[in-house]
Amino acid sequence: MSDELDYSALGLKVGLEIHQQLDTKHKLFCGCPTSLASDDVPRKTVERYLRVAKSEVGEIDPAALYEMRKGRKIIYEVPEGHACMVELDEEPPHELNRDALTITLAVAEALHSKPVDEVYVMRKIVIDGSNTTGFQRTAVVAFGGWVEDEEGKVGIQTICLEEDAARKVEEGKGYIKYNLDRLGIPLIEISTAPDIRSPEQAARVALKIGLLMRLTGRVKRGLGTIRQDLNVSIKGGVKTEVKGVSKLDLIPKVVKYEAMRQLNLLKIKEELLARGVKERDVYDQPIEITEILSGSGSKLVSKALKRGEKAYAILLKGFKGVLGKEVQPGRRFGTELSDYAKAWGGVKGIIHSDELPGYGIGEDVVARIYEVLGGDPGRDAFVFVLGNPDKAFRALKAVGGRAKHALQGIPKETRGANPDGTTRYLRPQPGAARMYPETDVPPVRITEDMLREAAAIKPPTPEEMLAILTERHGLSRELAEGLLRDPALQTYLDLVEEVEGVPPQLVASTLLVHLKGLKSEGVDPSAITYEVLKEVLRAVAQGKIAKEAIPEILLKYGKLGGKTPIKEIIDEFGGVKVEDLDSLIEGVLSENEEVVKAKGERAFSLVMGKVMGKVRGRVDGKLVAERVREKLKDFLRRSS
Amino acid sequence: MGSRPNPGDLVRVVKGGLVLEGVVMPTTEFSDPNSLVIKLSNGYNVGVDVRDARIEVLKEKMYEVGKVPEAGETSVSGSGKMKMSFISTGGTIVSKVEYETGAVKPAITAEELIEMVPEYKDEFSSIEVLELYRILSEDFTPHEWGELARITYNKLRGGADAVVIAHGTDTMAFTAAALAFSLRRLPTPVMLVGAQRSSDRPSTDSVLNLKACPVIAREAPFGEVVVVMHGSTSDTYVLAHRGVKVRKMHSSRRDAFQSVNDVPLARVDFPSASFKLLNRRYLKRSSPSDLELRGKFSDRAALIKFYPSMDCGVIDHFLDKGFRGIVLEGTGLGHVRNQCISSLRRAVEEGVLVAMTTQTLFGRVNMKVYTTGRKLLEAGVIPASDMLPETAYVKMSWLLGNYGDLNLDELRKLFLQDVAHEINPRHELNLYPRWFHGE
Repeated sequence: MSDELDYSALGLKVGLEIHQQLDTKHKLFCGCPTSLASDDVPRKTVERYLRVAKSEVGEIDPAALYEMRKGRKIIYEVPEGHACMVELDEEPPHELNRDALTITLAVAEALHSKPVDEVYVMRKIVIDGSNTTGFQRTAVVAFGGWVEDEEGKVGIQTICLEEDAARKVEEGKGYIKYNLDRLGIPLIEISTAPDIRSPEQAARVALKIGLLMRLTGRVKRGLGTIRQDLNVSIKGGVKTEVKGVSKLDLIPKVVKYEAMRQLNLLKIKEELLARGVKERDVYDQPIEITEILSGSGSKLVSKALKRGEKAYAILLKGFKGVLGKEVQPGRRFGTELSDYAKAWGGVKGIIHSDELPGYGIGEDVVARIYEVLGGDPGRDAFVFVLGNPDKAFRALKAVGGRAKHALQGIPKETRGANPDGTTRYLRPQPGAARMYPETDVPPVRITEDMLREAAAIKPPTPEEMLAILTERHGLSRELAEGLLRDPALQTYLDLVEEVEGVPPQLVASTLLVHLKGLKSEGVDPSAITYEVLKEVLRAVAQGKIAKEAIPEILLKYGKLGGKTPIKEIIDEFGGVKVEDLDSLIEGVLSENEEVVKAKGERAFSLVMGKVMGKVRGRVDGKLVAERVREKLKDFLRRSS
Repeated sequence: MGSRPNPGDLVRVVKGGLVLEGVVMPTTEFSDPNSLVIKLSNGYNVGVDVRDARIEVLKEKMYEVGKVPEAGETSVSGSGKMKMSFISTGGTIVSKVEYETGAVKPAITAEELIEMVPEYKDEFSSIEVLELYRILSEDFTPHEWGELARITYNKLRGGADAVVIAHGTDTMAFTAAALAFSLRRLPTPVMLVGAQRSSDRPSTDSVLNLKACPVIAREAPFGEVVVVMHGSTSDTYVLAHRGVKVRKMHSSRRDAFQSVNDVPLARVDFPSASFKLLNRRYLKRSSPSDLELRGKFSDRAALIKFYPSMDCGVIDHFLDKGFRGIVLEGTGLGHVRNQCISSLRRAVEEGVLVAMTTQTLFGRVNMKVYTTGRKLLEAGVIPASDMLPETAYVKMSWLLGNYGDLNLDELRKLFLQDVAHEINPRHELNLYPRWFHGE
């Protein structure tokens, strides 16, 4: 498969949906704090069930929906001090948090969006249990606007203010458990138009919007506080939603792989049509093949049979070879079918003819399966699953449906991002969102006062930011301009704020010079995490290590593959005490007694050079110079 | 701009370069008078100030707004054994918001009930749903109590094995008490059911409460009027409270209803749907032919809550208006300020029934302990034992409605007679709830 795609020829269109938690004092609809509970906070539990009316299904995975209909128990952990009667759906919501609204208005203004005149809170049905009410409260605050980008302006469609969902803790047979601390934390949701044309642009625009929100100084930072969803389509394809891309640097990969997937699925469609395959060629009535497999000697099969499971198969006429076709790196069309089997039937996966013989299943068994199914081994494919009849039938029905859809093109799906940037099927895209008014919350009229307050925390423009960097932080204009163009700006601001006493200049040079310099030494700069940088800069600020040690420490950490704790490396480079330094200097002086005596005070640079050669990176050069100067004076005085 | 479009119209709004299209929604009590609320195609509602907007109606009456089907009677049959009569009076339990229009529809049909609780098809042979009222429970009056009692009586006479009454929760306990006094010797429990979270929410409490009803109808040994509501904030069990001993004790929680000065009659645990009798003191089921209706209520009874410095003229006001009964919600063991005693004496002298309950709710009045109490007794005030103020008030309205021709002494005797276990002679240690005290 060719690795490079011509995105403009493909007609790539990407839209972003960015969710960012706000750092308000209280949650969106109650007085609870917006911090997560630590593990030692005492908690009570509450058990609930959600009711699903046929007509009201919103976003939910098919398997979860099935479980819910069977009466899945939802357990809520209620950590003391982090959730009240409102999160428990035992008290009506309080009025919309005005502070959260102000921050949203500030972001809207920075994005050139137009606020609505009156904000109406809606209920969006969500029945996976992550909202105790069974719906998420959400409101449109502004429309329109744009973000500037070198590949062209990207339009903003809506800016919403909504409540975050509860945090999933665990899931087991017949139950799912959530912690209520996160439920109700205010979130801004920014949806862009599908104006993005390349994977890189998607990442850049996400970064720009993220930074802009960050610059209000009123949003949360750290893992899980910002989440991106992507909508990706190509010409002839469909708009696919990809959920839960939490890392920015994954965005280009996700976009690329999704474009690739759609392209390959379109090729598969053409191939099948060329072969004359019709919908009726998908035989989705499962046939039991347990007996054939029981003699196969396959460990996978015998384990399943021991659990009391059975094997069922369906025939896909004319599909031979198609299931083995790669659609994304490491993911074949068979993987796509397998996703459906997992999502709808809750089985572990499928086994298909394009990967057989294999799994300890030999040629003869394969032949017998073809025979039983009435298939042509040279032309047809089959899929089988292991499981109880109920699960297996649901799984194969979904597989059959997906295989049939291959003849029409690409199904409209909501997919989840995998850590490598490929995506997996989660659920079909919901129809028009089921929303109805949140009658318990009065609408909020946007007033001049609110807009004035918003203007006060509006994130700075690039020009204003430049002034902050040069005037307040004392950076050179060149460095400041470099930072402004660089994705590291956000990290820079975070570090300056979080590491007490660190000179901004040092943070900027670490990020722009040292970190980038690692590449030429063969170390991937992305291996250096934010936490590592923080530790290293803190050690400098506290005088534990010299600032000169930064490049070496980062290099060593990177070369060790990030496996050695950064603290250990810092300790290696630190720890030269003044007494040790002094005796070291004295040693150098006596070793070079003659030269020093001859040169007098001019011997400074020589001694300094030799001492630095021994302590470079472990102690600040300024300190070394100071000690060398003093010791040299003493030495000359004593010897004269 | 010209005339405003009507709810249900599809409109285009042009405003400062922004163009929005959507359906006009009904405004709420809290909406800004200059706002037009429109529902966009993505489902969101937004408010647009009409003063600087250009509005074009694209299509009139895209949706009918506020059109509510006529109230009536519907029925479905099922594969179970019991005949069930479901009487809806309104309230949160039958309220639904329409997605398209945002209008609240307080209506229910047999089909909709089955959609809420599919199990009913297996439990009942027939389900009759009568929409008697569509009122919020605060709008109930003694007139509705009487009518509801008569209709319930007719349903039971007509062979209903289970009667479920959907009711707003705010005054559900009053209605429960009214029915308990009206319907003598019940052949089956009469169950009042409500919801603290409306039935259109996935998290509604109404479904579990409704699921408990057939279990109670099938298993309960008692023939009493009961309030069937959540026993905990979890969806783990539902309680059947005696109608004359129950009170809404929280403004919003699912388990707002609690028995006061009594133990709930029964609980139904879920998901097992198993029945457990909790209280051995109950009125047994009678034979259907023994059922008797005493279902009249007087609107000449009043409930007055005493507070320090209360103007005693309040009592005189009711007397002047011709009221025939007054229930006082006094302090502690049953007191009001000494200044009011003369007004109360006047009431008794004018043949008005006056009873004393306590605003502590828990415990019993005892007016022999302090001088004020003794003076009140001497003035002719009846100590209402451990009756809830609301129950005492309903009882008085019921007595005056059905026995209004009796003299005051006879009425006093009747008032102190236990009719539906509204008086509990023994309070054990566990009748008082425990609050959180740092344990």
